Amino acid sequence: MQGIPGAAVRFERVQKSYDGENLVVKDLNLDIAPGEFLTMLGPSGSGKTTCLMMLAGFEPATNGEIFLNDRPINNVPPFKRGIGMVFQNYALFPHMSVAENLAFPLQIRKMSKADQEAKVKHALDMVELSEFGNRRPAQLSGGQQQRVAVARALVFDPELILMDEPLGALDKQLREQMQYEIKHIHENLGVTIVYVTHDQTEALTMSDRVAVFNDGVIQQLSPPDVLYETPHNSFVAQFIGENNKLTGTVASLKDGACEVKLDDGTMLKADAVNVNAVGDKTTLSLRPERIEIYNNEDLDNLIEGTIKEILYLGDHLRVVMDVAGNDDFIVKVRNKSMGWNISEGQKIKIGWSAEDCKALDAVV
Amino acid sequence: MQDSSTTTPETLVTADGVPLKQKLIQSTRRARLRALLLTLPLVIFIIVSFMIPIGQMLFRSLHNDTASSVVPNFAIAIQDWDEQGLPPEETIKLFVLDLQEARKKREIGKTVGNLATRINYEIPGSRSLFTSSARKLARVTEGPYTEALLDINKKWDDPVLWRSLKRATNDITPYFYLSALDLKYDDEGNIIEADELYQIYVSNFVKTVRLSATITLICLVLAFPVSYLLSTLPLKTSNLLMILVLLPFWTSLLVRTTAWIAILQTEGIINDILVFIGLVGEDGRVQMIYNQTGTIIAMVHILLPFMILPLFSVMKTIPPSYMRAASSMGAKTFTAFRRVYFPLTLPGIAAGTLLVFILAIGYYITPALVGGEDGLLISNLIAYHIQKSLNWSLGAALGTLLLAIVLILYWLYNKIVGIEKLSFG
Repeated sequence: MQGIPGAAVRFERVQKSYDGENLVVKDLNLDIAPGEFLTMLGPSGSGKTTCLMMLAGFEPATNGEIFLNDRPINNVPPFKRGIGMVFQNYALFPHMSVAENLAFPLQIRKMSKADQEAKVKHALDMVELSEFGNRRPAQLSGGQQQRVAVARALVFDPELILMDEPLGALDKQLREQMQYEIKHIHENLGVTIVYVTHDQTEALTMSDRVAVFNDGVIQQLSPPDVLYETPHNSFVAQFIGENNKLTGTVASLKDGACEVKLDDGTMLKADAVNVNAVGDKTTLSLRPERIEIYNNEDLDNLIEGTIKEILYLGDHLRVVMDVAGNDDFIVKVRNKSMGWNISEGQKIKIGWSAEDCKALDAVV
Repeated sequence: MQDSSTTTPETLVTADGVPLKQKLIQSTRRARLRALLLTLPLVIFIIVSFMIPIGQMLFRSLHNDTASSVVPNFAIAIQDWDEQGLPPEETIKLFVLDLQEARKKREIGKTVGNLATRINYEIPGSRSLFTSSARKLARVTEGPYTEALLDINKKWDDPVLWRSLKRATNDITPYFYLSALDLKYDDEGNIIEADELYQIYVSNFVKTVRLSATITLICLVLAFPVSYLLSTLPLKTSNLLMILVLLPFWTSLLVRTTAWIAILQTEGIINDILVFIGLVGEDGRVQMIYNQTGTIIAMVHILLPFMILPLFSVMKTIPPSYMRAASSMGAKTFTAFRRVYFPLTLPGIAAGTLLVFILAIGYYITPALVGGEDGLLISNLIAYHIQKSLNWSLGAALGTLLLAIVLILYWLYNKIVGIEKLSFG
């Protein structure tokens, strides 16, 4: 058995195929610690939901074993796993009231009427819906339904809760509010949460660790800040946050730092993250907010570019530039009281430090 | 300048000063008129082909002038008779004259035979009395008419006969409803049970309801798993299977029913197979047709799509995540089905059962072909009275009772299930 004992959830060499020809999940190994908030993040079709469904027991793993508290659960049916789950469209039973929905798992567990009522009340209080017990789900707003779904997944005190894109159907403002609420519930109860989403903001704000999925493989498993600051490969850099790409060849490589010769001949200093040897093709990844356009004489990298478009976004300006052959190069300029003295069509010098420029694998 | 609508909020007016409500009606009048005009053909069609015939049926079940049109003058006079002894000479004179007139005219629908048939419903065996008496009365030219009548036949000296004549010549009569409920008037005009030999309608109504309920139940049991399968399969497969479900709709009802005769009869396919594999002997062939079994089998087959379609359309809307959610909360598959899936299919079940039951309760052609005597339904009796015995009023009364039963059941159904919850898909 790989990994340390004591993990709440362990995927061990798990593979999944629906048609016997393509692997949706390829050799997944993942340990989730008790009390952790782990997010599976990825584009649709990346295998993240399939992983969740295998964990919940709705899809069998084609190969490998899944452990729940060190107990293999491949042959345990979903109703015996004791995992709470929040579904994408909440799956609240429309023919039951909110209170009946919450009491459902308790009735299944043959809990006494008094205990049921106490637990339902407690759960409703937790999501601040104590007044709504007698309503039908259809009489609630989307956000309220979402909270009921969370309360229903929590009400029978499972140690593990799975959430399958629970905020996908909500509008932006409500989504942000629910992110905080779910995060607080997690902090207060100390349950393990496995959360699936394709929204990187959700993943970054809520999680202890994020597993970025692509093509059935975890591309990177890190805390949110590490994920953003030091992406392991181009996919993660591209998927998490905004990112500028510059392609080139490694010219020199020494002590984790390298020099890259861009396709147009410009030489840039970069942090060597995912390059092996001189002569490798590489993609430089660069966050728009790390690029400076003023007082930039002492920076590691200086390069000239043409301003194509300036978008005013209130707190910052979004400047689209043509830099070293990339005509979709984004620079975020902080909005200062002294204003900005740039205009479209102007040629300016921009710069950034070598630390903020990551040399990653070449995008094929 | 102040807007008048803000000063008097009770009666909102438009900028031109016209009350807002009035203006709203005006502005939407054209659209509403057009919508009404578009539905007009259907409304007219329903009134002409549906409402009027039903009204006529209701009227005919209560109104019957077969008797009074034969003896019109007598029919009016007899209504004043006090039902003691024989009617007065004056009334009997009118009766004799009317009969003579009717014999002469021989107008279709107004012959003595019609009157005789009508009285024969109430006093079986009295038909010949009328026809022979009418023949002999042709020679009677002067009174006293009572004596002349009694001379022809002693049976005329019976108040019962005259009382039944009085009832029969009264155009508005509950008589046919009484018949349809196996009741009749006794000699004193009280309502009593009909003779046992003639008690056929109530038991047939009961049988019709019972068979319809059986057929509905079998349809539900058969349709539920099929609909579930259809609703869960991928679209391509389910469409193909749906065509198989709908295929019977594209075949003539008559062909389908006669196909069952070929399959089920004692010399039919099933019996041949049973004999061939030795399950029954040559002399032990099973009677599966021309009885209730035949009616049930053939009607289940014909009505099954009406159960599958509403069930399917409801099941299609139940997302699989409901069962998964129940399962994740610890419910075993059967519990999840019972507590979550099944209650959500109720609108479909309600619609399907209502549809099949109401269709079954009025079904005619299939029981007529495969029902034999035992498997006949009430509609077959109605058809008999409309087509064979020509007792249209009794047919109409039976039909009205059938309509009433359906409406009562529908009302009960609405009370229990709630019609707004039905989903016909």
